[in-house]
Amino acid sequence: MINWLSLLTVQLVSIGATLAVVVLVSLAVTGLSARHVDHDAPASISGRHPLTVSARSGAVVGVTSLVLAAAIVLFGLWQIVAR
Amino acid sequence: MSVLVIVVIVTALVFDFTNGFHDTANAMATSIATGALRPRVAVLLAGALNLIGAFLSVQVALTISSGLVDEARITPQIIFGGLVGAILWNLLTWLGGLPSSSSHALFGGLIGATWVSAGSGAIHFSTVVGKILVPLALSPIVAGLATLAATAVAYRMTARVDQRAVTRGFRTAQVVSASMVALAHGTNDAQKTMGVITLTLITVGLLPAYAAPPLWVVLLCGLAIAAGTATGGWRIIRTLGHRVSDIQSTQGFTAETASTAVILTSAHLGFALSTTQVTTGAVLGSAAGRPGATVRWGVALEMVVAWLLTLPAAAALGALAAWTASTGTVGTVVVAAVLAVLAAVIYRMSRRAPVTAATVNEVRSLPPVAATSARTAA
Repeated sequence: MINWLSLLTVQLVSIGATLAVVVLVSLAVTGLSARHVDHDAPASISGRHPLTVSARSGAVVGVTSLVLAAAIVLFGLWQIVAR
Repeated sequence: MSVLVIVVIVTALVFDFTNGFHDTANAMATSIATGALRPRVAVLLAGALNLIGAFLSVQVALTISSGLVDEARITPQIIFGGLVGAILWNLLTWLGGLPSSSSHALFGGLIGATWVSAGSGAIHFSTVVGKILVPLALSPIVAGLATLAATAVAYRMTARVDQRAVTRGFRTAQVVSASMVALAHGTNDAQKTMGVITLTLITVGLLPAYAAPPLWVVLLCGLAIAAGTATGGWRIIRTLGHRVSDIQSTQGFTAETASTAVILTSAHLGFALSTTQVTTGAVLGSAAGRPGATVRWGVALEMVVAWLLTLPAAAALGALAAWTASTGTVGTVVVAAVLAVLAAVIYRMSRRAPVTAATVNEVRSLPPVAATSARTAA
């Protein structure tokens, strides 16, 4: 018998966890890159002006995002190991 | 423990080894392709994490040992035949550089061997469909969609950031995400061999029905898949890392993250899916989600054909091997000898155009990414 509820759970959790982690890591990359301001750097791929964030704010956003992403991953692993 | 049971356990561990080197690409292909990890370091790291992953869960092993076939009607010869079919198909697809599913090969081999030796009534088709076939079909689609969305979001979020910093950041993140895929692979795939060995021990009365794998089985399976992974299946790593699409570090990270999420969630709920198909679906999704990226659909089509062929081909090989082995000791010896000879022949053929850690990233012979009729190399 096909357990559609479990299959749906796999799909929702997978998509949700993937998006959450990727968004958080993208935020971290964006935030932490503010520490490496290079005025000779080539234009961003969007063709727009580079995002300007203060190094301090960027670092806070970056580190917080990384901690949250790590928490999601560790929570997932804990769920598996604890069973 | 009889000699036959020992032979089956050793054959299962050989399958586990082939599963490891066949699937190294799942975890490490994109990281090697983007330069996030050096090839040799990548496969050693993957091997170690596969070993750790083997200890995380036994849900998939229970699905295989207590649900796939009727233990009362299965003999060690049948399991032996199924394993031989799976090993041969794994070696053939490795020779062709095709990331086909080791799981399909194992299930196909076992189903074919059981069908020809004990009849279709010995196969629990409801479990096969509900816990194996449907998840196998859905998982690459889910991984592909999740990666597509995640890749699009990641590129959009980092579009206004210095691209050198983005590449550097995601390349570093890839070390973690690739490691997670390796861990997930050990959790999901090592359990399949644990399930087969446990099933063998149940059929000969050494374990009660519905028993979980003993610790020594978990340890042996973890070591076998880790050794195989650390050997490095360079041919398939090249296919997945370079031949499907040109992968950037952002795509590598999103593909690996989605693969990990799908594999671990499925393993947690006892679904025995194909890690190969999940990661391939994710790589395709990452190519579709990146603005301006293209996919070599000819290569993707070759993979899909290999996916579709794997189950019936391994079933046919497993059926033939089980039928021969079931004739008695001579039959079993003949099957083992044929396996050894064919494995040696395939290995010798692979040496004519070797792909190694030093040459895995050499892609000069490949057509431009826009091409749609690329042939499988390596």
